Amino acid sequence: MLELRDITKRFGNVLANDGVSIKVRPGTIHAIVGENGAGKSTAMRIAYGFYTADGGDILVDGEVRRISTPHDAIALGVGMVHQHFMLVEPMTVAENIVLGAETGGVASLDLGKAADEIRALSDEFKLSVDPRATVESLSVGQQQRVELLKALYRRARLLILDEPTAVLTPPEVEEFFAILRRMREQGKTVVIITHKLSEVLAISDDVTVMRDGRVVGRVETSRTNAAELARLMVGRDVLLRVEKTDAAGDGAAVLGVKDLTVTARDGKRRLDGVSFEVRAGEIVGIAGVEGNGQTELIETLAGLTATGHTASGEVEFEGRAITRLNSRARRELGVAHIPEDRHRRGLLLDFDLAENSILGDHYRKPAVSGFGNVFLNDRGIRARALQVINDFDVRPPDPDLPARSLSGGNQQKLIIGREFEINPKLLLVSQPTRGVDIGAIEFIHRKLVALRDAGCAVLLVSAELEEVTALADRLLIMREGSVVGEVDPKRATVEEIGLLMTGGK
Amino acid sequence: MKLLRELFFPLVAVLAAFVLGGIFVWIIGDNPFETYRLLIGSAFSWPDGIGYTLFYATPLIFTGLAVAVAFRCGLLNIGAEGQLYVAAFATAWVGIKFGGTVVDVFGTPVNYSWVTLPAVLLVPLAIVTAIVAGAAWGAIPGVLKARFGSHEVINTIMLNFIAIALVSYFTQYHFKQAGDPILQTVPVGAGVHLPRLGSFIPGLPTRIPLNLAFLFALVACVLVYIFLWRTKWGYAIRATGANPTAAEYGGISTGKQIVLAMAVSGALAGMVAVNEVLGYRYRYYDGFSANYGFTGIAVALLGRNHPVGVLLSALLFGMLIRGGIFVDAFSGKVSKDLVEVLQAIVILFVACEALFRGSFGRFGLLKRSKV
Amino acid sequence: MTEIFTIALIFSTIRTATPLLLAALGGLYSERAGVINIALEGLMLAGAFTAAAVTHYAGSPWAGLLAGIGAGVLVAAIHAVACIRFNADQVVSGTAINILMTGVPAMLSGALFLSSGSTPQIPRDDLIPWTPVVLALLLVGVTWYVLYRTPFGLRLRAVGENPEAADAAGVNVNGVRYSAVLLSGALAAIGGAYLSIGQSSLFTRNMTSGRGFIALAALIFGKWRPVQTMLACLLFGFTEAISIQMQGVFKPWGEEIPVQFISIVPYVLTIVVLAGFIGLSRAPRALGIPYQKEK
Repeated sequence: MLELRDITKRFGNVLANDGVSIKVRPGTIHAIVGENGAGKSTAMRIAYGFYTADGGDILVDGEVRRISTPHDAIALGVGMVHQHFMLVEPMTVAENIVLGAETGGVASLDLGKAADEIRALSDEFKLSVDPRATVESLSVGQQQRVELLKALYRRARLLILDEPTAVLTPPEVEEFFAILRRMREQGKTVVIITHKLSEVLAISDDVTVMRDGRVVGRVETSRTNAAELARLMVGRDVLLRVEKTDAAGDGAAVLGVKDLTVTARDGKRRLDGVSFEVRAGEIVGIAGVEGNGQTELIETLAGLTATGHTASGEVEFEGRAITRLNSRARRELGVAHIPEDRHRRGLLLDFDLAENSILGDHYRKPAVSGFGNVFLNDRGIRARALQVINDFDVRPPDPDLPARSLSGGNQQKLIIGREFEINPKLLLVSQPTRGVDIGAIEFIHRKLVALRDAGCAVLLVSAELEEVTALADRLLIMREGSVVGEVDPKRATVEEIGLLMTGGK
Repeated sequence: MKLLRELFFPLVAVLAAFVLGGIFVWIIGDNPFETYRLLIGSAFSWPDGIGYTLFYATPLIFTGLAVAVAFRCGLLNIGAEGQLYVAAFATAWVGIKFGGTVVDVFGTPVNYSWVTLPAVLLVPLAIVTAIVAGAAWGAIPGVLKARFGSHEVINTIMLNFIAIALVSYFTQYHFKQAGDPILQTVPVGAGVHLPRLGSFIPGLPTRIPLNLAFLFALVACVLVYIFLWRTKWGYAIRATGANPTAAEYGGISTGKQIVLAMAVSGALAGMVAVNEVLGYRYRYYDGFSANYGFTGIAVALLGRNHPVGVLLSALLFGMLIRGGIFVDAFSGKVSKDLVEVLQAIVILFVACEALFRGSFGRFGLLKRSKV
Repeated sequence: MTEIFTIALIFSTIRTATPLLLAALGGLYSERAGVINIALEGLMLAGAFTAAAVTHYAGSPWAGLLAGIGAGVLVAAIHAVACIRFNADQVVSGTAINILMTGVPAMLSGALFLSSGSTPQIPRDDLIPWTPVVLALLLVGVTWYVLYRTPFGLRLRAVGENPEAADAAGVNVNGVRYSAVLLSGALAAIGGAYLSIGQSSLFTRNMTSGRGFIALAALIFGKWRPVQTMLACLLFGFTEAISIQMQGVFKPWGEEIPVQFISIVPYVLTIVVLAGFIGLSRAPRALGIPYQKEK
């Protein structure tokens, strides 16, 4: 039905798809699995015409086709349900479904007729969606079915579903799978992108496994098992090694988290009763597929609860409750934070390196001096910047350059250097080596271990399983906002951790 | 090299504006070269050309700085016009209530004052009043944005109309001299008059209204530079404008910076009152501002929101206003409105270019608020 | 008291509301598609001047009206290209258009009529005092229909709320935005033309005197919906009409209510509504944000 042949796609410096070939048999449910950033969504967005491939062919029903806009894909019978729903919330279900596929003349939008058609489709697949309801009044599960109807209304024969179960509760998932099976019975083809292995095994006929922009495995579901898929998904041929001694492990608890829960405005729990401790002189790693609460955990601990989110539970720092302190007060106590997204959080890209080296400390010495500590102290700032640049080998070593002009690795080293400058007692670090070249990765790892050896407590989140297992002294695994297990990173196998991460057990 | 890069696009924008403006002049049947000779040439004569150019540039330096400070915080202050009206009236009020006996429009001496303060107290009091009134009016949209997320652009537009209506009411019903055909307040006391620069500079006649406020404007450029780039407050404001999420990460309360930036912006706009009320008209005069607040947007954009750039572009626009009067008088078909046309084209070009290079950085804030 | 509230007042309200309504409906198209339009003032001036000038030469208000619409569309095209093609800041571009349109008509009238910014008087028979009024009221219905009952309106609303979703559904996002901004130019220009060849009989410098901004206020006050926007325009028109009629007549406590207090009502209401005190006025979600793919 659908075939991708040797698809290549580059975003800036990142090779998102590297010679990806996927073949989907008609009338089947085909799962594409892989960790976040493996290139699954990119490949499928190319198939839907949302992105244009740099190289390779798309075949529909055995013929090479040009798909450069979603419009082309729709015409060929390809529909897609995106991970973030493409729905216009204040509009009705019928309006959303009809949008872009209106029938009738310029002057008439026969929503009544469309509603009848939608109701018929809805009945056929037992979706029970009311065409007259506004989308924002629907539950997430219902909104997803609106997306399905949108594709079906456009007479899609192939449906691409990007992480469809991420937003659903377990009973909703069951219901949703029943719908997919009904679609298959009606002769539709379904491609489902996911990272949950239990679901792959439950619903799919074929599996394609992707890692780092490449296809690393193609199997029939009936001939594989969760352990094999987990190894394909997260495993590496060469294991990363970090020189480090065992942690003393008897340091005092620096960070204590008790029953931390973060609830979003829609009532969904992003963090659900998380409790753990980080002691001085140890690195506690958190492994998990991205989007399972790690971001909320680190940001909440740093005092940056997102607007609309409410946090409950206790956070203790050196035995003292800091739950109510803001980020500046926490930093003054010695909590440093290396954020996961350096462009959004970590840097002022248009500011120069010197100015970036005092972000978070711009109001205190050595950044200020003089009358009432109001004036910026140029000499102090430059000294701070040069210190960071030297200690962390930031290149080019020019404090007057804008941060934007640095490579990803050097930007990251600048941030890490800045955070190390406050001699932290607790370091919260998220994705420390994302988009960073190999040399810088090793450098950053050594620095993190050295900080631990100096007695700092480190909480490390990384989507790179290899990275957390190599660095952490203890490893916690998070799934759906909860800590679902703790393992010894030296003993645990990739399969074991992978199964905990994906709920394959 | 860096300076050259900074100057390049503004110069291109000005050049493009002159070319398009020239074509326009040619279309309506006049000689563009002759027009530009009148427009620019008249600004360089001594003392009138230079004196008036600097006088017209003075309010534009203040409003240009006002817009620039807000811009550095990611805010577009379209409300400088309203802020300067409120400040002008408040300043005149101080001059009336504490300025002592004045001669009214009919030539009779009258005293409207509560107390007569000596000039050493009165002048600083009047200036502080201008600053505080402008800052207060400017802070309103800042608070509305920080507290309710309502967009500063709409609120500043609305506050302009409210400000102009309110001061017009006070002027008409409470501070106008009965029988005066012009909508203006009674005059301020002589003690609050700022000296004209002609009193100090040989060869510059005192009939040219260029006054001490021009020097204040130069000082304001320096102070704004120090404030934005050399203090911790300026750092926080600029960080908020450059990347609000990173500023938050750096422990900066973005809401406070928004209010502070708008207050400082309003204070700068308020300083226009010092030039107009204390240095030129010696009273509040309804509708006195020749769109200084809006021209300030052009001045700031062209000046890249930097005090040095603001100073240069204010001088350019001051020159154009001065030259426009000559064009009006001596050119056959072209009127001084050419200045506005040039201004508009400059803004359009700078706006399109600025976003080309992604150096605007105000989307972070824009996304979170309702327009 | 009673002599103020007369039939004359009702007509006067509708006549004052007409230019506001036309401009506000124009703004509605643009803003519902996601493009901020604070250029309404400038677009009205373009229409007002061109309509008066062409009516003077052609002797036909219909030619004048058409030319005015053309001018509005042309000026709106500048705004559209700057905002959509070059991702210019929509507020800055709108401000530039407003400044441009105080200058250009004044220069042209200086050259054409040797006046300082006004056109010659148009004979009474060449005015269209009522057609635009009727047109404005009709356009409320038409706009409602277009917005909620045609494919174009559906796409327009979708593009202003969630351009990515519209794109995914196969809608040409920027195409819709261009048409919307051009339409806003046409409608605002009719509003302006009504001022110069309907209510009065010539164009004078800055004759809109802030009506474009009141129209914008009405649009926000009317929550970006056609019927509510009309009611807001009528309310704002009423405040203006009554402030004219009340002068020297209405003295509730021995003194007349200052005109200024009545004139600020629309602006104060808008601020209050924006802050969320009277129900939430939610702007189209993508308002002010250029649409870029693959980002």
